[in-house]
Amino acid sequence: MGLSTSILLTIALAPLVGCVLAGFLGKFLGRAGSHTVTILGVAISCALSFYVLYQLTLGGAETYNQNIYTWFQIGHFNASVGFLVDRLTAMMLVVVSFVSLLVHVYTIGYMADDDGYKRFFSYISLFTFSMFMLVMSNNFMQLFFGWEAVGLVSYLLIGFWYKRPTAIFANLKAFLVNRVGDFGFLLGIAAVLYFLGTLDYATAFDSAPSLIGKTLQITAGTQWDAATVICICLFIGAMGKSAQVPLHVWLPDSMEGPTPISALIHAATMVTAGIFMVARMSPLFELSQSALSFVMVIGATTALFTGLIGIVQNDIKRVVAYSTLSQLGYMTVALGVSAYSGAVYHLMTHAFFKALLFLGAGSVIIAMHHEQDMRYMGGLRKYMPITWITMWIGSLALCGVPFFSGFYSKDAIIEAVGESHRWGSHYAYFCVMAGALVTSLYTFRQMYLTFHGKERFTVVAHHGHAHHDAHDDHHDDHGHHEPGVLEHAPKESPWVVTLPLVLLAIPSLLVGFFTVGPMLFGGWFGSAIHVDEANNVLGELGQKFHGSLSMALHGFSLIGPFGLVLLAFVIQTYIYLFNPSMADKIKSALKPLWTVLDRKYWVDDVYFAVFARGGLKLGRLFWKAGDTAVIDDTMVNGSVSLIHRVAAMTRRLQSGYLYHYAFAMILGLILLLGGYWFFGSGLIGSGLVGQ
Amino acid sequence: MFNHLLSLLIWLPVAGAIPVLLAGSARPNLARWLSLLVAVLTFVVSLFLLVQYNPDTGGMQLTESYLWIASWGVHYGLAVDGISVALILMTTFVGILVIAGAWEVIQDRPHQYMAAMLILEGLLIGVFCATDALLFYALFEAILIPMFILIGIWGGPRRVYATLKFFIYTFFGSVFMLIALLYLYQKAHTFDLATLAALPLTLKEQSWIFFAFLIAFAIKVPMVPVHTWLPDAHVEAPTGGSVVLAAVMLKIGGYGFLRFSLPIVPDASEHFAWVVIALSLIAVVYIGYVALVQEDMKKLVAYSSVAHMGFVTLGIFIAFMLVRGSANTDMAQLGMQGAMIQMISHGFVSGAMFTCIGVLYDRMHTRSIKDYGGVINVMPWFGFFYVLFAMANCGLPGTSGFVGEFMVILASFSANPWIAVFAAFTLIIGAAYTLWLVKRVLWGDITNPHVAEMKEINGRETFVLVAFAAAVLALGIWPQPLVHLMDSSVSQLVHQIAIHKI
Repeated sequence: MGLSTSILLTIALAPLVGCVLAGFLGKFLGRAGSHTVTILGVAISCALSFYVLYQLTLGGAETYNQNIYTWFQIGHFNASVGFLVDRLTAMMLVVVSFVSLLVHVYTIGYMADDDGYKRFFSYISLFTFSMFMLVMSNNFMQLFFGWEAVGLVSYLLIGFWYKRPTAIFANLKAFLVNRVGDFGFLLGIAAVLYFLGTLDYATAFDSAPSLIGKTLQITAGTQWDAATVICICLFIGAMGKSAQVPLHVWLPDSMEGPTPISALIHAATMVTAGIFMVARMSPLFELSQSALSFVMVIGATTALFTGLIGIVQNDIKRVVAYSTLSQLGYMTVALGVSAYSGAVYHLMTHAFFKALLFLGAGSVIIAMHHEQDMRYMGGLRKYMPITWITMWIGSLALCGVPFFSGFYSKDAIIEAVGESHRWGSHYAYFCVMAGALVTSLYTFRQMYLTFHGKERFTVVAHHGHAHHDAHDDHHDDHGHHEPGVLEHAPKESPWVVTLPLVLLAIPSLLVGFFTVGPMLFGGWFGSAIHVDEANNVLGELGQKFHGSLSMALHGFSLIGPFGLVLLAFVIQTYIYLFNPSMADKIKSALKPLWTVLDRKYWVDDVYFAVFARGGLKLGRLFWKAGDTAVIDDTMVNGSVSLIHRVAAMTRRLQSGYLYHYAFAMILGLILLLGGYWFFGSGLIGSGLVGQ
Repeated sequence: MFNHLLSLLIWLPVAGAIPVLLAGSARPNLARWLSLLVAVLTFVVSLFLLVQYNPDTGGMQLTESYLWIASWGVHYGLAVDGISVALILMTTFVGILVIAGAWEVIQDRPHQYMAAMLILEGLLIGVFCATDALLFYALFEAILIPMFILIGIWGGPRRVYATLKFFIYTFFGSVFMLIALLYLYQKAHTFDLATLAALPLTLKEQSWIFFAFLIAFAIKVPMVPVHTWLPDAHVEAPTGGSVVLAAVMLKIGGYGFLRFSLPIVPDASEHFAWVVIALSLIAVVYIGYVALVQEDMKKLVAYSSVAHMGFVTLGIFIAFMLVRGSANTDMAQLGMQGAMIQMISHGFVSGAMFTCIGVLYDRMHTRSIKDYGGVINVMPWFGFFYVLFAMANCGLPGTSGFVGEFMVILASFSANPWIAVFAAFTLIIGAAYTLWLVKRVLWGDITNPHVAEMKEINGRETFVLVAFAAAVLALGIWPQPLVHLMDSSVSQLVHQIAIHKI
């Protein structure tokens, strides 16, 4: 039994239809009509995605791999649009469509007062379509299409509130940083075509072993291993999209977009595209130990060092953003130790609990009237119990507390790194272990600052009705109201907001327990992921795996990540619940360190100075020195003025005075005769001068 | 009609210009409608090319040949292959849009403007189907006249400087071509391009001719360092002039390489391919940086045109490295197809970009980027199109801008990875200058009170932008029809350049 083409096409196109309807006919559909068509589109995709997953898992369906239409055919080279749907794709489809559906519903509540309501729905549906095209692709060309299309939607959504200078700075920055990654990615695709002669996944992977021994001459005398070149180039693309150091700088700024989109794009799905891509390319990456080491070191660095920044953030969304960076680092480390299933599995659990954390943060932001600074929160648990409980579930999953879904994926990654003997794995192991402590530090801090302790805001009732207008345009009123002063007491968000929280809390809590066996250790992904026997760290771990219950019970061991979680719990509980003044004391005691983290290691500043300012300087130099001075002034206008000067001189010759002309004639005659006398015989001899 | 389809295509707009002129300035609306009618008719007639031209067999088809100047054996010879058909269709398509785009924008002597436009269109079509070198040359030069008039009369304040620069620059280049053609005539006693392609020439002869052609076509494309006429011409030209200039006229340069340099002097082209490749890469990187710092919207897009045309010359000339260096015909075809698709796509994208700038200019009468900001607040539909075309300009997949660049980058990696590295740099720098422009013009809050008074695009402007958008998206989503149209011609060209003349 096979999967049906029409079902797959429906999955991909239903959100696009919703996007087009809401985008172009929004005027006729109205607000409710717009959200209905887009939600319907994504709901159809979601239901069918679950059906496809069912068919592939229990229904005995074969992997689907077919071209839909020929994009172009030149000589023997064919580029097509087509679908490859195996279990890896099906899992991605379910995760993307499920989170996207919940975000759509959530948006009804979150964006209720926004002028761009219909536009927003159109964008998120377009995003869902793009992401489907990316994960369902059966070739590199279409992968690149989806890759860039999600980049475009991300650009549009970060800059959704286009009046904010910070938002339109952030979206330009995000697009350009992603483009740096895409630069590498495109070269990787070109290298695949050069070495393997095709852009089709199946054909390329089949002939991947032929790469062994092939080299590419990069500079005279240095030969680079073909697989390493391909994989590093492709991975540079992943570094852009999945925000790995040093291309991570766009992700924190992307928080300028509305919160639902932070949850969907900048946490749960788009940023995982790079992880998915590397897992998809596992037959290629397995051929290069050097590339995998590179991947691992980059991932480990991201996991630890971006997490550290999260500890000093005060904006509730930014904490979650840095936590996303750090978790993406974990996934990347897993890829680097050939634990592709572990990476993809963490991608799934992370999608649930990170979307939950973002949407929960959004719920808090609504309650706080669009205040995002945690220093003006505190004690919110009694006002918004559903948000409070669900966010704790998400937080514990993030910290990797046993039985929560995040535990299974994260613990497996840490163990897998410990098993690996790849170059750099000791460094990576240190980073992921230290990262576990850091994760718990910022998570508990965030939860305590937000929901526990004293209320650090005041409610001034009946502040005047004039401010109601500001609510319509809430993205502008940031600077207007006094921080920590609310007009109404915070209250729990409406059901369209809390329902998605609950629906995300369930998988955050349970999905790990029920799926870890088959998905991580049971070879559930089948042929979608290829691991060489020598690199199979997950296989080794699998031998020690005796069910999810015993894995969780073992996870309580204090010598290991859980011990670090507990340590962080003790530290933060003491500081934020019992001795709040401690935080400031520690901050001033560790001032230099705090500054380093607060300035984000100065990476942004250096990039801005070198690439933005430097680029403009270079441009101006080229323009003024090259185009204007050399080409135009010297060559073009220079030759014109030369002609002018020559003309002015010859004009002087034609003076109109008879004696000038007579003089010239006599001079000419003398020269001629003189020449005849001097060269005479030769000229006559050669026949040029007549006899 | 089908026996003289090409002649009809050339002369229909030229002859159609006469009644438009006769309508006079007293009846401007009659002139407008008449010229629109002529442009639409020409487009419809050009569609018959798709029926009449057989893309599967390739080669020159729909041939017409009459003795023109008997004593020199010059023929009025016309024929098309897939490459010509594609360029002609783009010309007639853009022809309608510039007429519609100029509708009430041109108030001063609209009949003359429209007539000049139609004549220009006819001559451009002629260039793309001439099979006689002297006929090509005559049309190549004749194009300068209506363009000279369009910029010189309806242009901006520095139009005199710009027209002279434009005219002398291009004229200077074509003189070299004429000398080369005369030399070839003196050897072959004909101007017939097919005969010249078969003419044996030594490498020394080929080299001289190659550089003569290079100067002529490089100025037209334009390539660095002979590109500086383009920003000035664009800045001073009226919107329609800019659109035709960018969309169609620049393509004559690329087309000239394909029709003249490659078949007539293949060995010299191979020998000096590195010169063209180097200049193309300089165009991508160097011009990208220059575009970044432009303060005038039109100049920015003009520089971006130079950078994009770099892909055309790159795609054409890496074919030599591939087909002669490593006998990789598939990749050579990919590169050359990429060059061709880039030409067509650039026609739509740059045409659309200049139309957008025209829409802004008509409302604000300034092209300076700093005078804008927050346009999206008052013109959301315009914003939609502007972002779409900007994305096409940065080569986003799904738009036409991606297809050609993608093909050329893939092909050039097979020639030499370093070429691909420099070419792919456009991904970053192209996005930087285009989206920074969008940021400063479209996004943000309104700071200039005049922006607040700007009116949303009207029906006519929407029609033009929708037509461009349809072309950009169609080509981006499904390039195969266009690829198929040109495939056999490109393949024949690739096989032709594989054969040594010496």
